[in-house]
Amino acid sequence: MTRGVLPKLGLVLYLVCLFLPIYWLINMSLRTNEDIMSGLVIWPRHPTLIKYFFIFHDPTWVHAFLVSLTYVAINTVISVTVALPAAYAFSRYHFIGDKHLFFWLLTNLMAPTAVFALPFFNLYYAVGLFDTVWAVALAHCLFNVPLAVWILEGFMGGVPREIDETAAIDGYSFWRFFVRIFLPLIANGVGVTAFFCFMFSWVEQLLATTLTATKALPFAAVMSRSYSASGMDWSLLAAAGVLTMIPGALVIWFVRNHIAKGFALGRV
Amino acid sequence: MSVSLDHVVRAVDGVPTIRDVSLTLDRGTLSVLLGPTLSGKTSLMRLLAGLDKPTTGRVLVDGKDVTGIDVRQRSVAMVYQQFINYPSLTVYENIASPLRVQGRPKAEIEKRVGEAAQLLKLEPYLNRTPLQLSGGQQQRTAIARALVKGADLVLLDEPLANLDYKLREELRAELPRIFEASGAIFVYATTEPSEALLLGGNTVCMWEGQVLQVGDTARVYRRPDTLRVAQVFSDPPLNVVGIEKQNGSVQYAGGVKAPASGLYAALGDGAYRVGFRAHQLEVANGIAGRHAFSATVTVTEITGSESFVHLHRGDSNWVAVLHGVHEFPPGHVLDAVLDPDNVFVFDAAGRLVAAPGAM
Repeated sequence: MTRGVLPKLGLVLYLVCLFLPIYWLINMSLRTNEDIMSGLVIWPRHPTLIKYFFIFHDPTWVHAFLVSLTYVAINTVISVTVALPAAYAFSRYHFIGDKHLFFWLLTNLMAPTAVFALPFFNLYYAVGLFDTVWAVALAHCLFNVPLAVWILEGFMGGVPREIDETAAIDGYSFWRFFVRIFLPLIANGVGVTAFFCFMFSWVEQLLATTLTATKALPFAAVMSRSYSASGMDWSLLAAAGVLTMIPGALVIWFVRNHIAKGFALGRV
Repeated sequence: MSVSLDHVVRAVDGVPTIRDVSLTLDRGTLSVLLGPTLSGKTSLMRLLAGLDKPTTGRVLVDGKDVTGIDVRQRSVAMVYQQFINYPSLTVYENIASPLRVQGRPKAEIEKRVGEAAQLLKLEPYLNRTPLQLSGGQQQRTAIARALVKGADLVLLDEPLANLDYKLREELRAELPRIFEASGAIFVYATTEPSEALLLGGNTVCMWEGQVLQVGDTARVYRRPDTLRVAQVFSDPPLNVVGIEKQNGSVQYAGGVKAPASGLYAALGDGAYRVGFRAHQLEVANGIAGRHAFSATVTVTEITGSESFVHLHRGDSNWVAVLHGVHEFPPGHVLDAVLDPDNVFVFDAAGRLVAAPGAM
């Protein structure tokens, strides 16, 4: 089966296509702007970490990075916490309109976030949450809560209802059962859900920039301001881009086993 | 303590699963719920446990109405057909779980879990998780958890159905002994007549959500009230043939006429249905006083010590069980004989009118 050069060649081609943009980004981040503009270079001639040092020593960048991480973390916690009971209800109980409600939740994922940008801006401004991490964290629940409910419901459906009943017969209170028996059974699902919430919140730009001004400016917004009078700072932008990928890569590394199982079991 | 169902009806989405059941189970008794799949055994157990609420009717414990009281407040233990344990806990914690919830002292938990584990031969596996165990060990864990709780009502819903033959034999012999000591009300659901007979106790015979007959297991087996009960309590399926009695002779459907000897002698003239289990049908020739039928062999199943001969006669299919190995080729025509003293006779409405032995 593995004989022949063609399949291997295909794989190599695929990997090259996959990693070329990432390599190019890292490549650019290690070069000076003059070097970048001077022509096509496969390998940086004088690699330098100067732009990374610059970012780490500039409070605006560091603050923006922390702001982004904070609202993403808050959003992930809120989304999973809210979605757990909701998904349990959808998975275990029948109530009037349950299927319609479930579908309605999913339609929230279909609506473009741009539609919500203006009303959210107005609303958060009115309640005094504008330009805080909470504004972004809550706004991202718009698409992350339905997503989390949907993923978790799939995992919960895989746990036999008889386990719930056995726990009730044994005398477990609902919350004790939920935390001690049920949650460990869907740990993979929670891991996968948290990962997706993290990623979607991390890459979302429109709401994050609309709902913030100066105090809670997200990383992506600072990135878009790296134009200067002297033109575009390509190298700085590339270094910031590399840093943007790191949290996502770390999260993937930590939940990689859960995700592998999650893909096999649930609704991902 | 006693548990009673008082005119209980349960309907799911308008489809009745339990139709007007009244039943009382007393302390220290073993009741076997016997009925085919979908006859309502599990539904009845769920009502007894308090997992489901009856649509109408009441559930009484010691005469007190407990309808609608949460299962957490009841003294119930249940074992499912599927092996249900807590996969994230060790076997020890699985068994200990009801005691932990009750807040028992550590020493007592250790002692009782140890006893249950010893009884069910789980001692070597206490530190494993259920999914690392074989099916039989998983089910024994579930049974140990039900046992350790010391509940007044223990419900076993086809607990051995998913186990292999040898484990079933072993556990079936142990189960009544294990629970006998606890003095609980012990309810065991099964589809298999042989299992009911081995367990003894009382049999509650179920069919399509109704209780057909309740009584001592051996008695229900020997004196089924109706043709339906006899059918539920027969494996292989009950053989049935219609007869017409007239002027001292019986005419079997499909054309055998014989003198009305044996149990037929006392019957009034009219139409009846005759039922006989596989072992009541013999394959032989020329035995005096027997009624002989010419039938065609469709298939012979040999289980080792017994042979099940499936016969086709007219528009009905019969099964005969013979001792030893008998091989009849399909299509072979043989004489199946019936002892008129050893049949169940039901009237046109299906009620028992004559049975082997004294009535």
